[in-house]
Amino acid sequence: MNKPLRRIAIFCGLLVLALLVRTNWLQYIEADELNTHEKNRRVLIERYAKERGNIVVDGKPITGSAKTKDTDFKYKRTYLDGPMWAPVTGYASQAFGATQIESIEDGILTGNDDQLFFDRTMAMFTGDEEKGGNVVTTLNGAAQKAAFEGLGKKKGAVAAIEPGTGKILALASTPSYDPSTFAGNSLDSDTPAWEKLKDDPDKPLLNRALRETYPPGSTFKVLTAAAALEHGVVDDIDAKTESPLPWIMPGTTTPLENEGNIPCKNATLREALRVSCNTVFGKLGFNVGKENMLETAKKFGFNEEQFVPVRANASIFPEELNDSQTALSSIGQFDTRTTPLQMAMVVSAIANDGKLMKPYMIDQLEAPNLDVIKKTEPEEMGQPVSQEHAQMLQEMMETVVNEGTGTNAKIPDVTVGGKTGTAQHGENNSKNPYAWFISYAKGENGSPVAVAVVVEDSDAVRDDISGGGLAAPIAKDVMKAVIDSKK
Amino acid sequence: MSVVTNTTTIGAIEAPSRRNTELAMLAFAVVIPVFAYLNVGLAVNDEVPSGMIGYGLGIGLLAGIGHLVVRKFAPYADPLLLPLATLLNGLGLVLIWRLDQSPRLIDRANRIFGSFTPDAPKQLLYSAIGIALFVAVLLLLKDHRILQRYTYISMAVALVLLILPVFFPAVNGAKIWVSIGPFNVQPGEFAKIIIAIFFSGYLMVKRDALALASRRVMGLYLPRGRDLGPILAVWAMSILILVFETDLGTSLLFFGLFVIMLYVATERTSWIVFGLVMSAAGAVGVATFEPHVQQRVEFWLNPFAESTWEQSDQIGQALMSFGAGGTLGTGLGQGNSDLIGFAANSDFILSTVGEEFGLAGMMAFLLIYGLIVERGVRTALAARDPFGKLLAIGLSGAFAIQVFVVAGGVMGLIPLTGMTMPFVAAGGSSVIANWALIGILIRISDTARRPAPAPAPSPDAEMTQVVRP
Repeated sequence: MNKPLRRIAIFCGLLVLALLVRTNWLQYIEADELNTHEKNRRVLIERYAKERGNIVVDGKPITGSAKTKDTDFKYKRTYLDGPMWAPVTGYASQAFGATQIESIEDGILTGNDDQLFFDRTMAMFTGDEEKGGNVVTTLNGAAQKAAFEGLGKKKGAVAAIEPGTGKILALASTPSYDPSTFAGNSLDSDTPAWEKLKDDPDKPLLNRALRETYPPGSTFKVLTAAAALEHGVVDDIDAKTESPLPWIMPGTTTPLENEGNIPCKNATLREALRVSCNTVFGKLGFNVGKENMLETAKKFGFNEEQFVPVRANASIFPEELNDSQTALSSIGQFDTRTTPLQMAMVVSAIANDGKLMKPYMIDQLEAPNLDVIKKTEPEEMGQPVSQEHAQMLQEMMETVVNEGTGTNAKIPDVTVGGKTGTAQHGENNSKNPYAWFISYAKGENGSPVAVAVVVEDSDAVRDDISGGGLAAPIAKDVMKAVIDSKK
Repeated sequence: MSVVTNTTTIGAIEAPSRRNTELAMLAFAVVIPVFAYLNVGLAVNDEVPSGMIGYGLGIGLLAGIGHLVVRKFAPYADPLLLPLATLLNGLGLVLIWRLDQSPRLIDRANRIFGSFTPDAPKQLLYSAIGIALFVAVLLLLKDHRILQRYTYISMAVALVLLILPVFFPAVNGAKIWVSIGPFNVQPGEFAKIIIAIFFSGYLMVKRDALALASRRVMGLYLPRGRDLGPILAVWAMSILILVFETDLGTSLLFFGLFVIMLYVATERTSWIVFGLVMSAAGAVGVATFEPHVQQRVEFWLNPFAESTWEQSDQIGQALMSFGAGGTLGTGLGQGNSDLIGFAANSDFILSTVGEEFGLAGMMAFLLIYGLIVERGVRTALAARDPFGKLLAIGLSGAFAIQVFVVAGGVMGLIPLTGMTMPFVAAGGSSVIANWALIGILIRISDTARRPAPAPAPSPDAEMTQVVRP
């Protein structure tokens, strides 16, 4: 009976071998895939196992960590001024995941990033409690406060950039939410808070400054003016343009209307921007042509997602247009859509003498011992307009603030340039328009701040809505906060 | 020492008994779990566990008793079996104690049952009973061939054991338990030993008839019904009962046992073919009408699918546990294998091994099991009587299949069937029955390695050598 016995021995050997091969497969080859599996709770456990690093503004943390009694999660995220900072921080919730900086820099914040390997090893030897690293933002607390309080109960968003570097100074969105309310995983308090936010028709979880695209309305005329100058359609901003009134849009019998009875016939570019002539800019856009308009828009960053490093939606300048649509798109109507961040980029490029800096909001990443791991260096994105043309645009925008529609943004002893916008939307423009204001402040050492404000307030009486009335005061407060903080 | 080369199978030369080797390895098998115990205490509670001395003494005492009994009553036994079983049992206790410390499992038990009772003390008690049974086997069973006498009684007992759970309520979907007061017994674990005894006794008598008196049908040698009938009937009944009780693992085990023993007894490869065809037919047949089986296969194929996850995340959690362990493991007490939930310390205990000991530890564990099987097969080879050979290969084959089915199921190699990892998993029946199994193997190996009595001098020896003209 020994021959079959030997064969059975081989068979048993094969069984064990199969198990050995399988365990190697699972624990060596597939281990990484399993460890990062979306259903793997260890990822979350690990995220909250240590005191999470902080997100820092003006040298002070705007987040914190609290010890919990949970069996899985030792620490819970807390937020200071949660609603004000939510568009910057995002949230880190034990039950509902993480977004924005909390998610993008999770490795640094949890301390598990490979860049922190050395610190972890040191902590192991010194016996210090392991802790996450910090994320230092570029934001300006005073500007953020001004933006958030300026928006108040209204729906809207503010994006402010330092033109010379691309540093994001303020990023506000209202209505907002407090990430603290659902940072834990309690079924009694966190889940209802989350459900309520998720189902809120006002979409408080939406980051309007980065993820919502609005029709830019008249603020887009600045870009049309830039395109006209860049492509040689207009040389002198104080020369009369050939702008008939009424102007029938090409290929149609429809006249393009102006808001009210304003002096637009053959107005100069400066004058047309000052009073915001639809006819002049509509015709100008048509004359520049859709290809050239698109080219300039793209140079300013349109039609492309921006990563700051949080993703911002792509703003749209349509690629397929007929002549009348080109005209409408050039005054910020039709299918032109933009994020507040994009309009802030447009102004910042103009304020920075034509040079567009890549916007960013993470200044540096720090190890738990505050060693700098990585510093973001300002990066040039391009030169959408020449220096000469940029200065012409500045002049015109300053006229708008000094004696045009944007007088509400005037700041004593500071040069301010801006442009208002009142964007129609909805079918037949039936909905209450969005109020826009884009502007920059300028001092002796260049411009410290460029800002874009949008207010979508459907509660206001329609006639009261105008960029100059609703949005300009907010922009002014933000600019003033930045200037004051530099003093 | 003059080396005497022993070339005969049965020699009068005394084989080394290896009892001291066994004692030395046994010391290792006690020391390793004691250190593991210390490790868990330090990792989980940051202190030397208070029960450490008690635990060390307990395991040491049990192992010592086992060793003394073997030394006295089975002096020629295989020296590896007892240390290997002790090591597994000791590590199993540590793993169960480690899972008893899991706040997650304590929380879960409090939420669902309103109270939490640790399993480790119970397991220690069961281990003691298991070793007591081991000792009893060695004391009472002076020669394994006595078991031959109980061939048909074994058959009856095995059937009774298998039928019993039908009269008791199902636990977690499987009717494999008999509950008497506070005690839960899984008769299947014992039935596996008893049915091996029956198969051995029956096949030993009928093997010639089965192998030779057969008709050739379609290239296969089929035996006569009256030879095969009884064994086929018993086997079919056990399978039917088990399918009825939805105990898939045990039915697979019995099937494998049946094929292996039949093959060894008859030495006919056609039995393997016959067995495989029948198992394929059986598997397809059962899978078509048994939703339980279909579900298991579905869970196995798509462990991470949303629909699987809603019903049971066990397989997925187990796989992620193995992944989390990686090459070297997280270290005892520092993994999250308790995410698996209620079966973490029984069917799924191997996940904790995988996560906290890592790939290195898993390979070591699997090799320990492999070694036990290897020593069993070696005992079968060494045994001099067909009954002993059959019984030894039956028991070690059953052990190998059980290890493969459980480990393969937990690691997602085959569908999960729900059996216990011998010696390691929490559960009294398993530990006790497997100690008995080791006891029988040790008894067979003792008989096999015992030096044969010197041939009696033959008075005719001189004469036969003289060729007379």
